[in-house]
Amino acid sequence: MYVVKIDDKTMESVEILAQLRLSDNEREKAREDMQKMLDYVEKLNELDTKGVEPMSHIFPVNNVFREDIVTNGDSREAMLANAPRQKEYQYLVPKTVE
Amino acid sequence: MKKCGENGGLLLSARRCNGMKQYETVIGLEVHVELATKTKIFCGCSTKFGARPNTQTCPICTGMPGALPILNKRVVELALAVGLAANCQINRYCKFDRKNYFYPDNPQNYQISQLYLPICHDGWLEIETEAGKKKIGIHEIHMEEDAGKLVHDEWEDCSLVDYNRSGVPLIEIVSEPDMRNAEEVIAYLEKLRHIIQYLGASDCKLQEGSMRADVNLSVREMGSSSFGTRTEMKNLNSFKAIARAIAGERERQIELLEEGRAVIQETRRWDDNKETSRAMRSKEDAKDYRYFPDPDLLPVSISEKWLEEIRAAQPELREARALRYQRAYGLSAYDADVITESRHMAELFEETAALCKSPKKAANWIMGETFRLIKERNVEPEKVFFTPGHLASLILEVEKGSISNQTAKEVFEKVFDEDVEPLAYIQAHGLQTVEDADLLGEVLDKVIAANEKAVEEFRSGKEKVLGFLVGQVMKEMRGKANAGKVGELLREKLRQ
Ligand SMILES: [Zn+2]
Repeated sequence: MYVVKIDDKTMESVEILAQLRLSDNEREKAREDMQKMLDYVEKLNELDTKGVEPMSHIFPVNNVFREDIVTNGDSREAMLANAPRQKEYQYLVPKTVE
Repeated sequence: MKKCGENGGLLLSARRCNGMKQYETVIGLEVHVELATKTKIFCGCSTKFGARPNTQTCPICTGMPGALPILNKRVVELALAVGLAANCQINRYCKFDRKNYFYPDNPQNYQISQLYLPICHDGWLEIETEAGKKKIGIHEIHMEEDAGKLVHDEWEDCSLVDYNRSGVPLIEIVSEPDMRNAEEVIAYLEKLRHIIQYLGASDCKLQEGSMRADVNLSVREMGSSSFGTRTEMKNLNSFKAIARAIAGERERQIELLEEGRAVIQETRRWDDNKETSRAMRSKEDAKDYRYFPDPDLLPVSISEKWLEEIRAAQPELREARALRYQRAYGLSAYDADVITESRHMAELFEETAALCKSPKKAANWIMGETFRLIKERNVEPEKVFFTPGHLASLILEVEKGSISNQTAKEVFEKVFDEDVEPLAYIQAHGLQTVEDADLLGEVLDKVIAANEKAVEEFRSGKEKVLGFLVGQVMKEMRGKANAGKVGELLREKLRQ
C-alpha cells in the first residue's frame, strides 16, 4: 500500500535539488531506499493525531541564548586550512554565474 | 476622471493612452535589514564592517560539520522592537527552519530562517504621499542569517568567497501587496527606515546593503480584483533605482499582456546602468527549498514580561517627536520634520535647546549652520560629533552680546570640526566683542566720515542704509563688536 510512489520523475527532481548525478544502477538503488523510508514513515498515518501539535523538538527546553558579546578572534588561518583551494585568504570556488 | 497613467504614478506612452486598456500596478516589498548587533546571529564572531576577508569567521558561520549554533538574544529583542513599532502580532512561540539550497555564499547548504512560525505577523504602517494617508499591511517579519560575499576573480576565472558576512543577523519584513506606485513604495521604505533607525536596530543604508529591498510587482486591468502574475526584482541599491525599476517592469509586463503573451513568475535582476532587467535563475533552480525545522536550535518562547520590557524600552519614534517639537517648542512642521529626519540631529537639537533654554535659536543653528556644514563637509548627520553643550554656550555668548553673530559662526565651524570648547577658544583667539567705548567711538567717527553719501541718505530717511554702515563698522572691528549695539550707537550719533 504505497501512498507516495517514487517514480523516475521524482528521482530526476531530487537529483537536481541535491546536485547529484547518478548512474542507472545507483538511481534504482536510491529509488528503492527512498521508497522504503517513505513506507516506514507511512506507518505513522495509522495513528490518530487529531489535536496533536506538530513537534519539532523532543526536549522540553526553550530559550537557549547567548549574549551579544564578541568571543571569537581572527582564526582565518585555521579556518582556511580546510579549504581545497584558496587565494588571498579567500575560498576559491568554481565560477558562479550572475 | 482620472488621466491615463495617473494611478500607476507613471506616464505611459501616448500610444497606450489612446483608448487602450488601463492598468494598475500592484507592489509588495520584501525588505532585508541587517541588525546592528555586535556579534553574528548564531556565533560569537564580530559583525564589524570592513574587516579583512574571513577574519571574522568560525566553525559555526562557515558551516563546519557538527558545529552548533546558539541564538543571539539581542537579535530576538531587536526583531521584537521592530515588530511592535510596526503594529505586528507577536508569535509568542517561534522557531527556526532550514531553507535548503546550494550556492557557495552559503557554506551550510542551508540558510537558517523562519517559515512556519515567524516572530511577527499581521502588522501595518501608515504612509503619507501627495494622495494622502494610507495603511500598508505587513504580512510578517522573520529572523534569518545573511550569506557570504562572492567576488569574481578574472585571473583564475573562479569566484572568491569571504564569509565575514555569513551569519550576520537579518530581519526580513514582508509587506502585503498594498502599494500601487513608486511614490508609495518609497514612502513605505522611508517610514521603515526611520522606525528602524530610531530604534537603533540598524543604520538601514541601501547603498551599503544594510537595507535591501526586493520588489514584487504585477499589473492588472484597472478595476480587476484578482492579481496578475508577479515577478520579483532584485539588486535595487537606491530609491532612484527602485523608482526606475518599477517604471521599467510595469512597462515590460503591460507590453507582454498587450501582445497577448503571459508574464512568467520569475526573479529578475535590475541593471540600473542599462535601465533594464533580466531573468536571474534558470529552471533547474526551481524554488523548492525543502524547508524543515532546524533541529539544532530550540524554540523561542516570548513571555508577557519580556515583551513588556521591550515595549517599555521603546524610544519615542520620529513622528511623535516631530509633533512634540511643534507643541512644546513652537517649531514649524517643516523644521520639526527636517530636524527629526535623523535621530542623532534630533537629540543634538533637544539637548542644546535644554541647555541654552532657547529652542528657537537651537533650531536655527541646527537648521542653518549645522546642516550647511554637513553639506559642505559631506558628512552624514549621524557622524556629527560636537557636544550640544558647546553649541549651547555659543548661543548664550551671542545672547549676552560678548561675541557677534559672525564670530559665533566662525567659532561654530571649529566646534563642528573639532568640538572645541567655545569659551576657551574665544578667549585664546581674542574674539570677544570689544567693550572699549573709546575705540568703538573712534571707529564710528571714521566710518561716518568715510561714507558721507550713505550718511546723508540715512538722514533723509533711508533707514535701510543703517545696515550698510553697521557692516562697515563691523568690518573695521574685524567682527569683534556687537552689531546691535553698533546700530544703536550709530543711530544716536547720526541724530546729533
Ligand atoms: Zn562565526
